[in-house]
Amino acid sequence: MCLAIPTKVVEKDGDRGIVEIGGVKKQIDLTLVPEAKIGDYVILHVGFALQVLDEEEAQKTLALFEELAHYNE
Amino acid sequence: MKYIDEFRDQKKIQKVINKIKDYSVHDISLMEFCGGHTVAILKYGIRQVMPAGVVMLSGPGCPICVTDNSELDKAMEYAMLDRVILSTYGDMLRVPGSYKSLSQLKAEGARVVFVYSPSDALKLAKNNKESIVIFFGVGFETSAPALAATVLKAKSDRVDNFYVYSALKLTPVAARAILHMAEVKIHGILGPGHVTTIIGLDAWSFIPSEFNIPVVVSGFEPLDILLSLDMLLTQVAKKKAHLENEYARSVTAQGNLKALEIMYQVFEIKDCAWRGFGILSKSGLKLKEEFSDFDAEKNFVIPLKPVHHNPGCKCAEVLRGVLTPSECPLFKQACTPAQPIGPCMVSPEGSCAAYYYYGK
Repeated sequence: MCLAIPTKVVEKDGDRGIVEIGGVKKQIDLTLVPEAKIGDYVILHVGFALQVLDEEEAQKTLALFEELAHYNE
Repeated sequence: MKYIDEFRDQKKIQKVINKIKDYSVHDISLMEFCGGHTVAILKYGIRQVMPAGVVMLSGPGCPICVTDNSELDKAMEYAMLDRVILSTYGDMLRVPGSYKSLSQLKAEGARVVFVYSPSDALKLAKNNKESIVIFFGVGFETSAPALAATVLKAKSDRVDNFYVYSALKLTPVAARAILHMAEVKIHGILGPGHVTTIIGLDAWSFIPSEFNIPVVVSGFEPLDILLSLDMLLTQVAKKKAHLENEYARSVTAQGNLKALEIMYQVFEIKDCAWRGFGILSKSGLKLKEEFSDFDAEKNFVIPLKPVHHNPGCKCAEVLRGVLTPSECPLFKQACTPAQPIGPCMVSPEGSCAAYYYYGK
């Protein structure tokens, strides 16, 4: 039940939304993330968005690998 | 940024692997709490790149696996009531209860419907007014808010043929139980990224402060897990015990406050039975009094038959990290995915199934 995937919100109507993943569109429930906007990526689990993904934090996590680059030299 | 490919970047993966291989640590055990991590670690071959002195243990983070036979048996009794359609997640289909599985019950004619989302169960109720839909809600804090939101919708839409039998469980309680029992020495914990997205990083601060064990809450892509293991090994090597957040793009200190608000609007805490632990105090969720109209336990009388656990099954020990699946005498012999004795071999997040499919 940890199985949840990042998907992109392409439509929103109150607490209903449509996300797209791999070219497939799916209706989901946005009740738990009222702040989600079109264009946001959300974590999808059992038909509900659990969280809006933070792009800045994602970039920071990926940037940690630059430190590892120095380690590997 | 699409949040998947970037976290599967081969060059970055190789860099972390090179660093991890160099740790010289001995007799270190790390527990990945979440079944999703156990599967990912085996599937992506992460076990093979761990340094020799490190053992990976799986924990109880698979809601299918920790659902007790008493709960599954009860769900099956509901399924046998007149006019009832029992609805639950598909992962529960082949888990054996004391007497049979839902799949066998279905074959015998009971109406059992599997859904992807609790809202599908509510739709089922709306579309079948002559039937009674009882949703068997297994799960942790990851899916509890979704079920709570569904109950609220059932109430506001005045649906009178939809009920919930909650088997929802709270994960920090089980983590605390494992650490208290101290059956195995654990030097670090890989924390569940999606549970923590809901409950917040701070929910795990008791582990470093009370047990002096480092925790890194991790995402589920290969890069996430490798980075988290690197962070854990760094702490272990330096004898630190801090709480760290690798999954910062999803996990915040407080979690999803809206989801928690909805969850506690509908549910309250109760004692409940976990496979592997017996009854854990304040470890589960039940519907609050004001939602009694949706509470299966308050509206239906069912016979109580004796609960049995298969004496040869070692799921309980596997769930507590005491045994690895390959140490269970039934593993790959009497117990296989085709003929499972216990849930760990059936669940998509079960350790035994992961070991079976992806090797040790």
